[in-house]
Amino acid sequence: MTDPILDVRGISKSFGGLRASNDISLDLRPGEIHALIGPNGAGKSTLIKQITGGLVPDSGSVHFDGQDVSRLSTAARARLGMGRTFQISSLAMDYTVLQNTVLGALGHRGDTFRFFNHVMTDADLVASAQSALRQVGLEEFYNLRTADLSHGQRRQLEVAVALTLEPKAFLMDEPMAGLGAEGSRRLVGFLDTLRQKTPILLVEHDMDAVFALADRISVLVYGEIIATGSAGEIRSNPMVRSAYLGEGDAA
Amino acid sequence: MKKETLLNVALMTLLLAVPIAAWIADEPFTITLATRVVVFAIAGVGLNFALGFGGLVSFGHAVFFGVGGYAMGILAYHAQTYTSLLEWPFVIEGTKSMPVIWLVAIIVSGLAALAIGTLSLRTTGVYFIMITLAFGQMFYYFAISWPAYGGEDGLSIYVRNGFPGLNTMDPIQFFAICYVLLLIILFGVHRAAHSSFGLMLRAARQNEERVQAIGHIPYRLYLTAFVISGAITGLSGALFADLNRFVSPTMLSWQTSGEIMIFVILGGVGRVFGPVAGAALFILLEHTLGGLSEFWQIYLGAILLGVVLFARGGLYGLLAGREVAHD
Repeated sequence: MTDPILDVRGISKSFGGLRASNDISLDLRPGEIHALIGPNGAGKSTLIKQITGGLVPDSGSVHFDGQDVSRLSTAARARLGMGRTFQISSLAMDYTVLQNTVLGALGHRGDTFRFFNHVMTDADLVASAQSALRQVGLEEFYNLRTADLSHGQRRQLEVAVALTLEPKAFLMDEPMAGLGAEGSRRLVGFLDTLRQKTPILLVEHDMDAVFALADRISVLVYGEIIATGSAGEIRSNPMVRSAYLGEGDAA
Repeated sequence: MKKETLLNVALMTLLLAVPIAAWIADEPFTITLATRVVVFAIAGVGLNFALGFGGLVSFGHAVFFGVGGYAMGILAYHAQTYTSLLEWPFVIEGTKSMPVIWLVAIIVSGLAALAIGTLSLRTTGVYFIMITLAFGQMFYYFAISWPAYGGEDGLSIYVRNGFPGLNTMDPIQFFAICYVLLLIILFGVHRAAHSSFGLMLRAARQNEERVQAIGHIPYRLYLTAFVISGAITGLSGALFADLNRFVSPTMLSWQTSGEIMIFVILGGVGRVFGPVAGAALFILLEHTLGGLSEFWQIYLGAILLGVVLFARGGLYGLLAGREVAHD
């Protein structure tokens, strides 16, 4: 088996008396989509923050691409190739769709400290931005102000910006949220092809999407991973059924 | 042509036409007023680089204005008293050359911005406002209690500094120098606003999390913007001192910081030419309302209140509409 690109080893995090993460281990291997599911308040966001660098775990470590990144900043982890999309869209709202995407391409290229040339006429950056927009199906909206986009279009833009970073792995926090049936179906189709190039750790509430896409599923409940396995294994796991699926539609 | 471009051209033409008309009519006082507008506009353009593009509400830009002013004052003072600024370990003489003074003003105020920014940019929001204000007061009281350069009384410079080939004592020629400098700075700031750096800086103002997620550290962007901002404001301080042939601690006072901020807010935060409009309106109000009442600032306050409440984009927001993001 190939080495995992992302390897989370036994991380724990408490807020006062609340154990938000309890000895969590999970990994992401090349070519796979690994879905992380769990009811609201299970600690998914806390876990994502510790992986991307927004929170420091009390114990345990995060390895990315063979390197211990536990002490690195969010920006440093992004430069190593952690491509992230946010649960609540986090974009420059006054910028156009194209500007946001060019911003990502610029972040990836890294030569930000240039003060004279018009950045929106940089052919390489614009080409890479347009290619990303095309992949998520936003190319015709390039000139819209981001604040004027629908909720679902912002989700697509999040993915497009992450694409311009050409990351080694994606961490997608609920990319389907608010997309609607058609948009959701298209994104599922796209992620399905994307995994060959770049593995995805997918946090998602849309169970149809998760079961259609995921090679492996981990179930997080009260800060602990209670099961990891294929879609079939998770469906038939009695602990998961009682803790999660039995509760009905958690989304 | 876009509305904003049209407005820019109209504004800069007016700012050139008024002193030329005054020159023909032989009214040097009006030329001096126009020069004040231009010099204040440069100070505002400087602050706007940090405040408008980076969202850094600095309440201490008088530091850079004053440091630029004192750079001029100290260099010219040593030149007019035939004393050395420094004798050991090497000799530094004063100078009456404007280009040299400008360069010194830019470097020294840029360094001051680097020092102040390094510390104060670790804070955000109201704490940033307070810490920049505190630095401003430190410099102010330092200047007051430093007897070597006039202390509270300030420094008078008898003859305006020189520029090769020009007679700087002629108001219209000094105006021309300031006006050309303003044009160069506006051009540079316009380019920077739309450059790679500008795109990233303005993105950080809107959403720091986004900038981090694409691998960049907002602090470095802010610090760079703050230094550029301080250097531009420092240059305007040197010009202001030369205009008055006088430097005093007033240039470093918090009221000065407030006035520079008023230029930016009146004109339109984040608009490249906004502070030019703001400074022009400010001087116009000071001049017309000042003629009506000693307490003209009451009216200024009312107008400022109106702008903040009803026209948040300032004059530019009112006349040219919301900023077009994709130019």
